[in-house]
Amino acid sequence: MASLKLIGARPSPYVNRVQFALNLKSLDYEFLVEKFGTKSELLLKSNPVHKKIPVLIHDDKPICESLIIVEYIDEIWTSGPPLLPSDPYDRALARFWAAYIDDKWAPLLRELRTAQEEEEKKRVLDQMFQVLIQLEGAYRQCSKGKAFFGGDNVGYLDIALGGFLGWMKVAEKLIGVRLLDEAKTPALVGWAERFCSHDALKDAVPTAEELLEFAQKHFMAKPPTPN
Amino acid sequence: MEEVKLLGTWSSPFSYRVLWALELKGIPYQYTEEDLYNKSPFLVKCNPVHKKIPVLVHGGKPICESMVILEYLDGPWPHNPLLPSDPYERAVARFWAKFADDKGTVIWTMFRSTGEEQKEAVKGSLEMLRTIEDLALGDKKFFGGERIGMVDLAFGALAHWLGVFEEIVGIRLLEPESFPRLHKWTKNFKEEPAIKENLPDKDKMLSNFRCLREKLLASP
Repeated sequence: MASLKLIGARPSPYVNRVQFALNLKSLDYEFLVEKFGTKSELLLKSNPVHKKIPVLIHDDKPICESLIIVEYIDEIWTSGPPLLPSDPYDRALARFWAAYIDDKWAPLLRELRTAQEEEEKKRVLDQMFQVLIQLEGAYRQCSKGKAFFGGDNVGYLDIALGGFLGWMKVAEKLIGVRLLDEAKTPALVGWAERFCSHDALKDAVPTAEELLEFAQKHFMAKPPTPN
Repeated sequence: MEEVKLLGTWSSPFSYRVLWALELKGIPYQYTEEDLYNKSPFLVKCNPVHKKIPVLVHGGKPICESMVILEYLDGPWPHNPLLPSDPYERAVARFWAKFADDKGTVIWTMFRSTGEEQKEAVKGSLEMLRTIEDLALGDKKFFGGERIGMVDLAFGALAHWLGVFEEIVGIRLLEPESFPRLHKWTKNFKEEPAIKENLPDKDKMLSNFRCLREKLLASP
């Protein structure tokens, strides 16, 4: 009985966040794939305000906004390690940095994709490195020496940033610059490797190949010339 | 009991979100007015990432971002909760709080712009108000139900700052005939003692924001 449905698409970092949470809680769900460029009746009905994915539908009730969905999942399915920290101050830190990721990191990734000139690309990249250095600090502060932002277990903030790991690898392929760099952000490099090899998460992180194909199909002006 | 400090400014709706929450919960706090043109070393130490107000400092530990602070408060002070207890209702509340944050800036754009940009912002503001009127409030007294909650505080700027902006730019958005529910909500919200007794003086706001608009329009 599928009382859990997720409206989304694998290339979306925001959809991936929800998939990570569902996998970590070992929840079965029906994945209703939205085709890029169109919006299904169900999506429009479930998210009339924003008309965006992801939407989680639980017993016919829609929940929208990726991080809100993650909190909802954590509050309903309480067996296993919690996704949000139990201490209120640590929760506030996690929420602060998740908001930072959405406000500062996500727009830069989008800007990088659409940047035309080299000058512009360099400017965006410089800002991205500044943000990553902040996130390196956040990781050290929140992890308290453990494997993930959430400590021993993957948590809310890991999920918030983890959604972008697939696209970060694609950006590296497309522009030839490594975003997660041992020299600049060594702790995050280690974190990313652990995140991507985690049993519950590895299949939910889209591969660079599938994202590259998606990008080429939808975002690039000309198709690549075959060798 | 650990000490609570609030760093804020008298004219910021974000600062007031937190101040109202502290008042609603009856939490004693020490308020410090920050000069944003001359930020205190303490503010910069508490919020090195954004260097912005409001900042709540609880037992020496800083929490930044108004909505993060509001979510925090129910933890150590669970009475008069700002969020509902039901997980689905909480998700709905968080949705509208995020909407207030993400979309609310269009009103600021209307205030600080002219010409085409302002026209677009007016259009965007009306769409935002329409969404809130039709989908967010229902027939409840407050977004939080019978009591003021996190979403009411998130939309607080609409109850007091919007009127000031409307007067300065000479554009009326929140007409009672077009937005009866929202209009009634602004009245109910401002009647609550914790809010009524904690609102920045309207004349002071008009003077301050008029100056600010001139300054913003003059600079490139």
